[in-house]
Amino acid sequence: MSNLDDLYREVILDHYRSPRNRGELESPPAIRVEGFNPLCGDEIVVYLVVHDGTLVDIKLTGHGCSISQSSSSLMSAAVKGKSLDQVRDTITNFKKLMTVHESSLESDATPEPLDVRAMGELAALQGVVKFPVRIKCATLAWNTLTQALEEIPA
Amino acid sequence: MTSFDPRRVRDDTPLLTRVINDRPITFLDSAASSVPPRAVIEAMSRHYERRHANVHRGVYQTANESTESYEGARAAIARFIKAPGGANEIVFTKNATESFNLLAKSWGGANLKSGDVVLLSEMEHHANIVPWYQLREKTGIEVRFIPVGDDYRLDLRNIDALLEGVKLLSVTSMSNVLGTINPIKELARTAHAHGALVAIDAAQSIGHLPTDVTDTDVDFYCFSAHKMLGPTGLGVFWTREEILADMPPFLGGGGMIADVSTTGYIPAKGPTRFEAGTPPIAEAAGLNAAVMYLEGLGMDNVHEHERHLTDDALTRLEDEFDGRIRVIGPNDTNDRGAVLSLDVLGVHAHDVAQVLDQFGVCIRPGHHCAKPLMKRFNLTATARASYGPYSLVQDTDVLLEALTDAVKLFG
Repeated sequence: MSNLDDLYREVILDHYRSPRNRGELESPPAIRVEGFNPLCGDEIVVYLVVHDGTLVDIKLTGHGCSISQSSSSLMSAAVKGKSLDQVRDTITNFKKLMTVHESSLESDATPEPLDVRAMGELAALQGVVKFPVRIKCATLAWNTLTQALEEIPA
Repeated sequence: MTSFDPRRVRDDTPLLTRVINDRPITFLDSAASSVPPRAVIEAMSRHYERRHANVHRGVYQTANESTESYEGARAAIARFIKAPGGANEIVFTKNATESFNLLAKSWGGANLKSGDVVLLSEMEHHANIVPWYQLREKTGIEVRFIPVGDDYRLDLRNIDALLEGVKLLSVTSMSNVLGTINPIKELARTAHAHGALVAIDAAQSIGHLPTDVTDTDVDFYCFSAHKMLGPTGLGVFWTREEILADMPPFLGGGGMIADVSTTGYIPAKGPTRFEAGTPPIAEAAGLNAAVMYLEGLGMDNVHEHERHLTDDALTRLEDEFDGRIRVIGPNDTNDRGAVLSLDVLGVHAHDVAQVLDQFGVCIRPGHHCAKPLMKRFNLTATARASYGPYSLVQDTDVLLEALTDAVKLFG
């Protein structure tokens, strides 16, 4: 079952069982955005506090499969305390990680030129691309975060 | 004479010989779509190889044969559901969903006005909910719901009050999530006593239970060919001839007219009034073969077989998982079909389905297009295993083996 081990790595199961930054923040002042996956009914709510160009706090609630829940937990850990520019870079890199490369579906080759090692724990989600129907599970939190960033007052 | 041997049905079904992830396929998703036997596939091939032509038009031999085949399917369906008025009461649509849209937009649009009530149930598929909301937006009808009790059956204690002012009761004969079989004959009698007509979503029962629209005394019947071993792309709408005669056309175009001029059109009479454009002709041939195949098996036999499978699966799920897996549906096989919605505690349905796929087990995770029902039971998704006439106890063996693995993986 090596296939399944690619998907359900220990880091993913750990974040699923013990999600980080779980909870709510008072809104306002926090920005609150909901995300839905209409196909499977997964829901997520992202709360953000931004101060002086830095994402000082993030909390998440919602429910969904291990992939969507661990992805949101891993995301919160990766972006909390970072500058908004760093947050946007992380989103861009994650989206690249989730992009299906035909060659990578055929072999185990890593899509270039993304430096997966630099992504830390997020790299654990790399195996999701081999299960194309699950990509939308992994990207739900990230799309919701992107939407929340757009709501930051200029 | 009918003869039923599920092993023979399995041998008749080519797809069930496939190997997935080095395991023989274990197909447990018949509630989403059933798998056609060779007879259905060959009937469609034969149509294209021997007689394909458009229907109702040409005078050459293959065109006549094509028309006869298409109309023959209509007659077969009328026989299968025991339509009192025969083939003239059978309208072919795209699927059960389109049948409900035809009902809501044509019959509903002409007969329901602001304040009229359509009574549904909390266990309906979105196909029997959304068209009524669309009609509500247009004409201001009221949409009301029969609640579902904690026993996963319709809560009919207040049915008389619920039927107050109701013009149409539209409910499923069998829930695609719970497996609950509803008492449609009794419901029809009660609804008629209140002056309401009765529509049935038969998508889940049509390929699994005997059907008799005359005996149950309902007024509309909607279902899909692909849920009764037939092909996709073809659905059925039935209503009594006198109701059909008064329904305004639905989609406009060729085939549904008696006359067209530069000033207007006159719609055709009968079922073709609702069949604009070239219909699914090969699919109708496939459906005809599916009807004959199911008649050969005997729907009572199919029901009994699936009941045995359900009984066995319910018992083993309870014995082997010690409460870790909850069945969302009645826990006995009285008035219950072979649909098992599972809630594996601590494991999301998508993860369950993903692990099961490794064992070649095909089940369906999700809300099953029944979000009001999921909300009623505080669920976002279930992992649904559903059976068909070709299913065997060995399918349940593999299902349980794979479920054990899923439970272990997620701890």
